[in-house]
Amino acid sequence: MPFIAAFIWSYILWLALTAGTNGLLWSTQELIAGVIFSAIVAYTTRNIIGEKAGRFLNPIKWLEWIAYIPVLFWGMTKANFHVAWLVITGKIRPGIVRVPVELENDAQYTIMSNSITLTPGTLTIDACPEEKALYVHWIDIPPGLEKPESSEPVAGPFEKWARRLGR
Amino acid sequence: MSWASYLVCTFLAISLIFNTLGSIALHRFPDVYTRLHGATKCTTFGTIFAVLAVFTHALYRLHATGDPKYLQMGLHSLVALVALLLTNPTGAHAIAKAAHLSGYKPAKAVIDAYEEKLGGGRE
Amino acid sequence: MIEPVFFYAALIVMMAGFLSVLRILLGPTVPDRVVGVDTLNTLVVAVMILLGAAYDRTIYIDIAIVYALLSYIGTLAIARYLQGGLT
Repeated sequence: MPFIAAFIWSYILWLALTAGTNGLLWSTQELIAGVIFSAIVAYTTRNIIGEKAGRFLNPIKWLEWIAYIPVLFWGMTKANFHVAWLVITGKIRPGIVRVPVELENDAQYTIMSNSITLTPGTLTIDACPEEKALYVHWIDIPPGLEKPESSEPVAGPFEKWARRLGR
Repeated sequence: MSWASYLVCTFLAISLIFNTLGSIALHRFPDVYTRLHGATKCTTFGTIFAVLAVFTHALYRLHATGDPKYLQMGLHSLVALVALLLTNPTGAHAIAKAAHLSGYKPAKAVIDAYEEKLGGGRE
Repeated sequence: MIEPVFFYAALIVMMAGFLSVLRILLGPTVPDRVVGVDTLNTLVVAVMILLGAAYDRTIYIDIAIVYALLSYIGTLAIARYLQGGLT
């Protein structure tokens, strides 16, 4: 299963990179060379990807990722105007807070950390799966939120999305 | 001037504003962590809009001329965007963790929970 | 023709890049300089994509992809070195 998942995704990347060699489509040589190179890549990485590779081939998961794009983009827009405001005024109240989260595996932690790095005012410093917490540098802590009880004031809806996407 | 030119110019303006803002944030904030905020968020957002401008331009030229070169240009810039989106927050996280582990404290911090955790682990 | 727009945009992004070079030169601590290098990497990727559109050369955008991935590995290596794990 890891072989098939890696093969299909490397072949899709190859098709994206070589489109337009024959008119607007692909020439036959490029397609055959793509099969060979994708097979080499998939064979060499078959032990790295892991046993849960079947989720990369799940169409429902792809639709969820596509639905995730507007949420992330809206978060990034808010984050950028927030940072712009902070750059102009210079009023900051930074600090590192401990955020308890309810996640299960490494993929969920990765999605959660990367999302809240790109969204308003927060930057992940460390993730501790053994104590179920993220350490987050928060650039403008509201008064009274130095020890947040959940991830709701820090990350908004992203914990729910991370739990759904990384399953 | 067609509608595509206006769209491209709008995207480029947003991209330039936020890229420049990210560089100014490097000089405006007091320490490593706050500088990382400005640098990572603003330059990633600015580069997204630069890629969108190039993509719109490529689609418009593909529609106008039918040259497959422009199809390649659009697709390759999207691949570059995906690579940048995957790597940029991870790099910022690596720098922040390394800076904290090598002993640089956040300036003007009202709370430092990570230092308390590390201090408990070192005892 | 719209290509001069991309050229001047690349010029302005390069000026923003000079600001981050200034941070690399001034930066009081080592992580400050690393943050400057990281910002410069992202800006160089943006400049390459814009120049590829300005000169109608797709090969510049390919170089931008490779540069984005390689500069990420460089940043990770410097970060590992800073926290003392590069043995």
